[in-house]
Amino acid sequence: MGLRMGLEEKLPSGFALTTVEGLAGYMRKNSLWPATFGLACCAIEMMAAGGGRYDLARFGMEVFRASPRQADLMIVAGRVSNKMAPVLRQIYDQMAGPKWVIAMGACASSGGMFNNYAIVQGVDHVVPVDIYLPGCPPRPEQLMDAILKLHEVIGQEKLGVQREKLIAEVEAAAMAAKPTHQLKGLLA
Amino acid sequence: MSDSAQKGSFGVSGTGDTSGFGGLVRTAIDTGSTERPYGGYFDGVADDLERAYPEFSDAIERVVVDRGELTLHVKRERLVDVARILRDTESLRFEVCLGVSGVHYPDQVGRELHAVYPLLSMTHNRRIRLEVSVPDSDPHLPSLVELWAGNNWHEREAFDMFGIIFDGHPGLTRILMPDDWPGHPQRKDYPLGGIAIEYKGATVPAPSERRSYK
Amino acid sequence: MTTEASSRETTEGRVYSVTGGDWDSLVTEIGQTKEERVVINMGPQHPSTHGVLRLILELEGETVTEARAGIGYLHTGIEKNTEYRTWTQGVTFVTRMDYLAPLFNEAAYCLGVEKLLGITNDVPERATVIRVMMMELNRISSHMVALGTGALELGALSPMIFAFREREKVLDLFEMISGLRMNMAYIRPGGVAQDIPLGAVAKIRETVKELRHNFKDNEKLLVGNSIWMKRTQGIGYLDLAGCITLGVTGPVLRSAGMPWDLRKTEPYCGYENYDFDVITTDTCDVYGRFLIRMQELEQSLRIIEQACDKLGKLAGAPVMVADKKIAWPAQLSVGGDGMGNSLNHIREIMGESMEALIHHFKLVTEGFSVPAGQVYATVESPRGETGVHLVSDGGTHPYRVHFREPSFNNLQSTAAMSEGGMIADIIGAVASIDPVMGGVDR
Repeated sequence: MGLRMGLEEKLPSGFALTTVEGLAGYMRKNSLWPATFGLACCAIEMMAAGGGRYDLARFGMEVFRASPRQADLMIVAGRVSNKMAPVLRQIYDQMAGPKWVIAMGACASSGGMFNNYAIVQGVDHVVPVDIYLPGCPPRPEQLMDAILKLHEVIGQEKLGVQREKLIAEVEAAAMAAKPTHQLKGLLA
Repeated sequence: MSDSAQKGSFGVSGTGDTSGFGGLVRTAIDTGSTERPYGGYFDGVADDLERAYPEFSDAIERVVVDRGELTLHVKRERLVDVARILRDTESLRFEVCLGVSGVHYPDQVGRELHAVYPLLSMTHNRRIRLEVSVPDSDPHLPSLVELWAGNNWHEREAFDMFGIIFDGHPGLTRILMPDDWPGHPQRKDYPLGGIAIEYKGATVPAPSERRSYK
Repeated sequence: MTTEASSRETTEGRVYSVTGGDWDSLVTEIGQTKEERVVINMGPQHPSTHGVLRLILELEGETVTEARAGIGYLHTGIEKNTEYRTWTQGVTFVTRMDYLAPLFNEAAYCLGVEKLLGITNDVPERATVIRVMMMELNRISSHMVALGTGALELGALSPMIFAFREREKVLDLFEMISGLRMNMAYIRPGGVAQDIPLGAVAKIRETVKELRHNFKDNEKLLVGNSIWMKRTQGIGYLDLAGCITLGVTGPVLRSAGMPWDLRKTEPYCGYENYDFDVITTDTCDVYGRFLIRMQELEQSLRIIEQACDKLGKLAGAPVMVADKKIAWPAQLSVGGDGMGNSLNHIREIMGESMEALIHHFKLVTEGFSVPAGQVYATVESPRGETGVHLVSDGGTHPYRVHFREPSFNNLQSTAAMSEGGMIADIIGAVASIDPVMGGVDR
């Protein structure tokens, strides 16, 4: 069930070997502080995820920092209107790196059911998103699943030269990839 | 009901085209006027208003009683007078105005923009509705903020969404849209603004472009 | 050589235009004026403003001289969206306005649609009782959020945990009955989407007992707590005249002593058959509103128990209006993949009744037509009077749906409540109004 044994029990002789990346990733993912960016209905489910039953505190995340300067993770929970988009970008810019963004809910991921003049059709028009979480609103367990997936990603992030190499590779792959509208589903 | 309203469920109206490729079709609504007696407390309200406001017939264009609700269609020049009398006369006492709702009827040329004010009398536990129409070319209405302070934001919203300009409003600016937004979104000639959604070679058009079954 | 910044008098006071020059001289100039006003922005992103509310405050030290609320950061264009959907699909849009009390939005909308259709008396009694029960459960869950977040914003952290713990029990009930915890789209024009499952009534009674016992946790923490009372008594004062002219309804109006509750004055959904009290206080302050909300929880529990008794007697009754041209065709039930059409219904439309198949097709694609006219329907939501102004042109899509959300009016009173007080008291005042920005901005 995901119980982490104390590190001490895993070390037969009292010391462990790891990489700098592994250690840094382990530290970062276990105390990821979210910024309060609850907008609409998803914010209520986010608060419920921080409540007693679906406890985010067990991941070190119960402190929702009001100041973006102290936060690592921005969970955009709710529909982002055109009036709110510059504010969203400003808060994102104020966060200090390394920072991650979860687009929580259908409205943040893609505009959701509100395909109209007032809502930004997907928060990735404004900030770069790491995890898209569908749902209207997603249950607290789904939010935790997204956070845990993000934890896995963060735990393995590369640093330094390896990171630059990885970025170059990913960019080259993206440049060469087929655009979405040319992809066909299984029927084609 | 007039003939321009559409017929009931599953009845054929117009050409009978159910393919939906005609897009979203809007027809004009024109409910007639109701004759006395109105029923319930509406007669009392109308009588009290007439007594307190001798120019009643001049100000009220039409009285409609429909589905258990009274609507007084008021001329915009007399709106403040009628509203003040409705609020202050002892027998009427409509102390609470529940806001302003704008409606845009592009088919009613010369009376396109309607502003609807639901009124509530807590003293007598009654509800009525005031409706005012203004043309698109001259969308000015007197502001009722001095009578009911709660109308402040409602009038700003009606301005923002429909372009109805309330003269005498302490600060008529946009309230829901960003301050420099062009256009008035809830008018019928303003597009819904959705975008087509692309996914793996297929496109789902925006809600306003899809087939609609009337 | 020192240059003075040019200045001019405006309605806002003295405004300095700085175009280079010595900072010290500017500061001395400003220092010579008597006023020290600061305009700050409690911006849309703030932990304590109950959502995306922007408060523009003019402060003199800690005292607020002017407070203005900037809204619109959550404007979703829901009202315009409903014009492109059928009347039944409107329920799913409308439910996301006031997202803490979604069933009240749905109920107001459906009552309006039923009034336009003229079927208000044809809605089956079981459906009405289920609506009342779900609405009162929603009132409890909404008040729990109001109490929890209000306490959190004023610094009390434990009530939030307790409140959300109780709220989870209510959300479990919602999930059992309607399939979703929030934004359920359960109340539909003509009745409710599906009947409550077997064993639901027993579970509800059990939950009511637990809630009644656990509400005491918050009561013991806050009621009579001297710190809480110091922070909430005398704060956010809005007397009866202010409430009436601003169109404020709900707990704020009842804290001014006026026992105005639409469930008693204009009963809808059979509320005249339930036995409950309207809670008022006469202190017109944040503490009074807090007490009202706490006591309304108990009244809601009473109504729920009475509704459960009624449901026991109405077992097997329909939950949708009988007219097949309006009633939502399918009865949903929990299938292998979650929730979908019940197999009985599919068997009927595919095998037995051509008419049922046609009805299903027509109602799901085109929707029912509503005769032309306009109507204004209201319910008493946890925040006040939620009203909906519906205009129909006789078609299958609404012509105009306008919601009169209570938070829209209630939030206008922020200025009246906060000006002259301390900045810390604004938080308490806004928390006592309990605005839900989804309803304010729609």
